[in-house]
Amino acid sequence: MSKSIVMRGGVVAGCLLLALLALAPTFVPDRLPAWWKKAFDPIHLGLDLQGGMHLVLGVEAEKAVESRVDSLVGQLEAELQSRELVVRRVERIGESQLKIVAYEEDTVRQIDEWLSANYPDLEPQAGETVDGAVAKSYRLSSRTVETIKSNAVRQAVETLRNRVDQFGLSEPVLQRQGEDRILVQLPGVKDPKRAVALLGKTARLEFKLVAEQVDPMEAARGMLPPGTQLLYERQLNRRSGAVAQTPIVVYDQTVLTGDLIADAQVRIDPRFNEPYISLDFNALGAKSFDRITGANVGRRMAIVLDDTVYSAPVIRERISGGSAQITGSFSEQEAADLAIALRAGSLPAPVKVLEDRTVGPSLGMDSIKQGMTSVIIGGLLVVLAMALYYNVSGLVANLALVLNMVFLLALLSLFKATLTLPGIAGIVLTLGMAVDANVLIYERIREELRNGMSVRAAIDAGYSKAFLTIIDANITTFIAALVLFQFGTGPVKGFAVTLSIGIASSLFTAVFVSRLVFDLVLERFQVKRLRI
Amino acid sequence: MQIIKPDINIDFVGKKGLAIVLSLVLILAGLVSLVAKGGPRYGIDFAGGTLIQVKFNQPTDAATIRGALAPLNLRGLTVQRFEGEGDEFLLRAQESSAALEGLSHRITEALEGSFGEGQLELRRMEMVGPQAGRELRNRGLLAVLYAMIGILIYVSWRFKFRFAVGAILALLHDVLFTVGIFSLLNKEIDLPVIAAFLGIVGYSLNDTIIVYDRIRENTGKIEKESFPSVINRSINETLSRTIMTSGTTLLVVLALLIFGGGVIQNFALALFIGIMVGTYSSVFVASPVLLYWDEYRARRRGAKG
Repeated sequence: MSKSIVMRGGVVAGCLLLALLALAPTFVPDRLPAWWKKAFDPIHLGLDLQGGMHLVLGVEAEKAVESRVDSLVGQLEAELQSRELVVRRVERIGESQLKIVAYEEDTVRQIDEWLSANYPDLEPQAGETVDGAVAKSYRLSSRTVETIKSNAVRQAVETLRNRVDQFGLSEPVLQRQGEDRILVQLPGVKDPKRAVALLGKTARLEFKLVAEQVDPMEAARGMLPPGTQLLYERQLNRRSGAVAQTPIVVYDQTVLTGDLIADAQVRIDPRFNEPYISLDFNALGAKSFDRITGANVGRRMAIVLDDTVYSAPVIRERISGGSAQITGSFSEQEAADLAIALRAGSLPAPVKVLEDRTVGPSLGMDSIKQGMTSVIIGGLLVVLAMALYYNVSGLVANLALVLNMVFLLALLSLFKATLTLPGIAGIVLTLGMAVDANVLIYERIREELRNGMSVRAAIDAGYSKAFLTIIDANITTFIAALVLFQFGTGPVKGFAVTLSIGIASSLFTAVFVSRLVFDLVLERFQVKRLRI
Repeated sequence: MQIIKPDINIDFVGKKGLAIVLSLVLILAGLVSLVAKGGPRYGIDFAGGTLIQVKFNQPTDAATIRGALAPLNLRGLTVQRFEGEGDEFLLRAQESSAALEGLSHRITEALEGSFGEGQLELRRMEMVGPQAGRELRNRGLLAVLYAMIGILIYVSWRFKFRFAVGAILALLHDVLFTVGIFSLLNKEIDLPVIAAFLGIVGYSLNDTIIVYDRIRENTGKIEKESFPSVINRSINETLSRTIMTSGTTLLVVLALLIFGGGVIQNFALALFIGIMVGTYSSVFVASPVLLYWDEYRARRRGAKG
């Protein structure tokens, strides 16, 4: 055998060996030693094939900006007061502006100076005079707004990751997408509804004092004194499962937030056999809680979670231990999920479900079966057509086709790519298109043979003349596949992956491997007539 | 075996007028349907909404399901029997974003209420908010656009600019044609169908390039052969290959269409239509464009000088 054939044969054999090594964990996982399975992963199936949940969440980052301005408003009110600068009110305007209304020009000037020295983030806007009062607006600089927004999304990703970890799934995916999107993939999740509820919960825990002097019924009709807000207390009737909402009026000011929580656990109250959540504050939280409870003994404090009041107990005494309880109306599962959300931390801004795609495991199994059937039947049809049309040479092309399948699957496994249903469709399409290279070459060889060339010369000419055409034709398909990969999401991306890998491996098998077979045969036997 | 005789010489170029009329009529029919129906029929990927695939353990029909869901008062509810065996149905509803969350749960509850618990299985649920739908649609359109630009650049580099124009016109022809047929058949366009369009773009181009390659090779080979004759000879010389490759590709796509299951049926259908029209266009659209471009340039030069 010539040296070139031995070398090329070695390359093909090496590739085949690697491919079989890579594919064994996918097809015969039970009979392999541990090191083997550790070295090569089985082909990873997409959510549409193994069942699971694909969520795209949108972080409402502008809400984080609003709440930053809100807290600035509170801070400014307190600081202006301590500096004896008398103002009528400070309020938030829109997403990122705040307005200070004062009585005198002079006050405004002083505030202006003090703000520019201490709050460089606030850019002064035009002032105006409205019936005797002087109003001046400030805008949060666009750089600060951008920072707040991007921090909110980053923090949301962290928080959601913490929560997702609680599901105990094998391979959850959590990725930031674009500016304010988060992609969450939960393969094999059992209870999709619960997952959405838990991920979507803002879990913003606030403690607020109840405004006892305001009649909630009046407030519900719109008579709300300034500085207070109307919330609803949730009461669960344990026997019927019905949820009742009663109005309750609290002060706007949040005395303590859930950021200061160190731990949250579900406990069962032995007296009533009802679940409650026990909270442990961190050092700072414990100190604040101690001070607040001490200053407000006898008043009621509302425990507000995502704008719903869970309970509003009376503060009986100063609480110094750094722990508190949320008793109230929830089922055991709700309590467990709440505790998870509180432990994982609150979201800096609410999230909205923009896309939710859930596939049950049974449909995934059916899709795999149907996909396999299409691959096998499509493959057999192509093999039959090639054998009929090109005779013995058709068998060489079929050998290349089978090898192409092996390499394609092996590359999927080696690249750790995800196989989806459209991905299987891509494999089927590759089966049909992969023979194109062989068809091109064979048609060339037929032409050259008709021109009276010898078998050897015809094969040489066929391969070399068809080669550039094959490259040109495949690169354009490759461009389309690359674009698809860039723009596609989830399952569709799988189509781009198998299509582009299929193109690459079909070039190798249809051109390189089939040529090797011809050369081998020509060297061994005296071929007078090529059956093509 | 040979289907196409080696000395075949069909006058493809001579029939270019007829081919253009045929293409225009078919594309116009599709466009008329598109205009009449107020644009393509977008699936929930692009229009937003909720899609639920449910399997029932007992035989039932669309009317019964509609009855069970009537109390929910869903906007744009459609109930459709799903391809394949068993009593499987596809429910679609168009609701505003706020109402979408938890909609699938409400639907399952309503169904379980009237069919009995454990009598049905939720096989698939997809919810896309209107905002996400709009974005996905824009991305899909951009993808097709970028693919075409990339191809234009590559073909201009490897061949001449006029070849690229021909290739792109052929691609536009194929995509417009397929969108039109989808509208005529009242089929939905969703994400996988856009993927199929890109697959078509790739395939149709593959075919066009092979003819172009032969045209380039044959140009100037025989002295004083006219350009139309070169084109015609090239198409004939590659005809055997064109038929064989299209044939095998159509075979596998047909297998996908028949055995691939309902989830990717539209995808397979788009590929099937696209590959047929892609083969046609590389012979009857992409090559004649070269001629028209040549004539147009000659006329302009004549007018100037």
